[in-house]
Amino acid sequence: MARVEVVMPQMGESIAEGTIIKWHKKIGDVVKKDETLLEISTDKVDSEIPSPASGRLVEIVVQEQQTVPVRTVIAYLETEAAATVEQPAAPTPPPAQPRPTEAPASAAPPVVKPLAAPASGRFYSPLVLNIAREEGISMQELESVPGTGEGGRVSKKDILAYVAAKKAGTIAAPTPAAAPAPSVAHAAKVPAPPSVLQAGKPVEVPELRAKYPAPQHEIIQMSNVLQKMAEHMVKSVHTSPHVAAIHEVDMTRIVQHRQANAAAFEAREGFKLTYTPYIVQAVVKAIKKYPLINTSIEGDKIIKKNYINLGIAVASENGLIVPVIKNAEEKNFLGLARAVNDLAVRTRTKKLTPDDITGGTFTISNYGVFGTLIGTPIINQPQVAILGTGAIKKRVVVVDDMIAIRSMAFFTMSFDHRIVDGALGGMFLEEVVKELEEFDPSMTF
Amino acid sequence: MSTLTYIEALSKAMWEEMERDPSVFLIGEDIGVYGGAFKATKGFLQHFGEERVIDSVLSEAAIIGAAAGAAVVGMRPIVEIQFADFVSCGFNQIVTNCAKIHYRWNLPVPMVIRLPNGGYIRGGPYHSSSTEAWFHHFPGLKLVAPSTPADAKGLMKAAVRDNNPVLFLESKYLYRRIKGEVPEGEYVVPIGTADVKRTGSDIALITYGSTVHFSLEAAQVLAQEDGVEVLVLDLRTLVPLDQDAILDAVKATGKALIVHEDNVTGGIGGEIAALIADRAFPYLDAPIRRLGALDVPVPFAPPLEDFVLPNTSKIVKALRELAAF
Repeated sequence: MARVEVVMPQMGESIAEGTIIKWHKKIGDVVKKDETLLEISTDKVDSEIPSPASGRLVEIVVQEQQTVPVRTVIAYLETEAAATVEQPAAPTPPPAQPRPTEAPASAAPPVVKPLAAPASGRFYSPLVLNIAREEGISMQELESVPGTGEGGRVSKKDILAYVAAKKAGTIAAPTPAAAPAPSVAHAAKVPAPPSVLQAGKPVEVPELRAKYPAPQHEIIQMSNVLQKMAEHMVKSVHTSPHVAAIHEVDMTRIVQHRQANAAAFEAREGFKLTYTPYIVQAVVKAIKKYPLINTSIEGDKIIKKNYINLGIAVASENGLIVPVIKNAEEKNFLGLARAVNDLAVRTRTKKLTPDDITGGTFTISNYGVFGTLIGTPIINQPQVAILGTGAIKKRVVVVDDMIAIRSMAFFTMSFDHRIVDGALGGMFLEEVVKELEEFDPSMTF
Repeated sequence: MSTLTYIEALSKAMWEEMERDPSVFLIGEDIGVYGGAFKATKGFLQHFGEERVIDSVLSEAAIIGAAAGAAVVGMRPIVEIQFADFVSCGFNQIVTNCAKIHYRWNLPVPMVIRLPNGGYIRGGPYHSSSTEAWFHHFPGLKLVAPSTPADAKGLMKAAVRDNNPVLFLESKYLYRRIKGEVPEGEYVVPIGTADVKRTGSDIALITYGSTVHFSLEAAQVLAQEDGVEVLVLDLRTLVPLDQDAILDAVKATGKALIVHEDNVTGGIGGEIAALIADRAFPYLDAPIRRLGALDVPVPFAPPLEDFVLPNTSKIVKALRELAAF
């Protein structure tokens, strides 16, 4: 039996070691190639690691919570392929006999059994699941069926059309690669709860326990991501004298444009049109006008960046993550929208790499998704400013000496007063507001 | 066949049943000399005489109690409650006597209580109530709610001949608003059978009474403007429910909208939704939706009444939401 090594992957150029958070398989479990085998944490991000081959997990070398350098062997798989190779080539090899200990996955008779849970988090109605089961469509295949229902849901019509097309031979056998990226709509609409307390594991620490007796107190291990966030926030507040400027922005044109184009956009692109790309686009234009916002400080030198890498702060289930749109200055609106969606999807599915979350030159924090009206965000070092966007609400405002109902929001610019003064911070923010308020409603994608 | 209004069909059914069976008699307020508040019994007194067309005292408890007593000794009374709202004054007679006598003494109580039900008539809060949910809960009563002249006749005949107390929910909005073909003579619609008014493969719209007509209009709009085919099921009887017809409709479509004029909270729609969730869950492709009146008494002011009660455009909107799910 040939053994395949599973090694601690290198998740980014600067990553030297990783911690195993969770093994998704136990010894003896059968695993398919690319199926999630384990979850690891580096000092930048948590990631799910796919299995390098199909086979059986026969040895776990590195246990959960242990940290090892990259390229270290952490487990061994025994592959099915190796087993057949060992047998001498017979003219007609008999079908592989299911071994008694084998997991039922390959040996199970075609009886009615519940489908696996959808990996995308997409909702399937009882009827759709029933039709899938009757037609022998796996969850993996179901995940690839395009949906025309609410939020991209697969409706009865969609699955019946898929079944009909499959029977007519117009749909090829599905491959995992054919699966469209799950829509970000859900993630955007219902942000992951900031489950800081759920992110860590309960631990017992005798010296703390003496001070905080059970069961009135629980002691929870901070995850790597959480510890880094804490460190980073304290460092930022110590480093930069923060000043906040707040501006009101009339988002009515943006709201109307999004509304008018949302359905067609989603039908064409396969994901929901959100406000984020509009704001990102306005920020990119404002940075081009005021490039001193896009800098960092090294001693008594200013480092001016001639590229714009825009970080978008996202609340994930493991804490705050700031994935970065690289070279945002080169992208048009559609490119920005796709980049935002790609990052949101990969944040949610834990497919971000450390390179995705480094190198930012400016950050946008959209706490408005939680209904927050006004916030004062902390700068993401070594950047010198951050834009916080509050919730869009209809409010009564005065326009041309008349009372009007407009979709309003408060934007906050937090900046580092070592280099950005109130004049520059205020002018930059006003430029962002102007870009949004004077948005050209005839813009097409 | 003749073309009759809803109320003419009711009168005709009562007239024929009185001709057929001498034990059938009428009792109610102003039904004799005046011919009934809505003229359903106009000319009955002259033809059948005072003993069979009784102008009663102004007391629903007395009317229903007297009728229940007569039914127990072999008569087949048809009670008219002037407006269904007023039946609450006779509530105890219905739920304590009419509904339980058979269980307690093994005596049949063959009687019909006619309830001019519901709104859309600018009648205000005391003359527009939908009363079916008040009685739906009580074992021992049957509830019918025809939506067409033919069903009004056929179900009235079935109700008169039934050995149980039958509450007959008449949509007074439909009394003179709709006309339809009504078979002559012996035409009985069995109690407990629903009617598919329109076939469809996309959404099952389950309804009864006045809202059947709004529902059919809405289904027409969806077919023409959205290409969505809505199956419209007219329950016709609320107790006993035609469960098979409801489940078949849901299985054929995967989506269910329940519409009634009565307000949503505590309404019959909840019972139907529970039945579907319980017995047709694997067939559901969308949440079960209900549409009914807002949870307020029916207001007097016409714009407010229109705002509160279900109508075609509200049903169209609900159907579109369900179609898009």
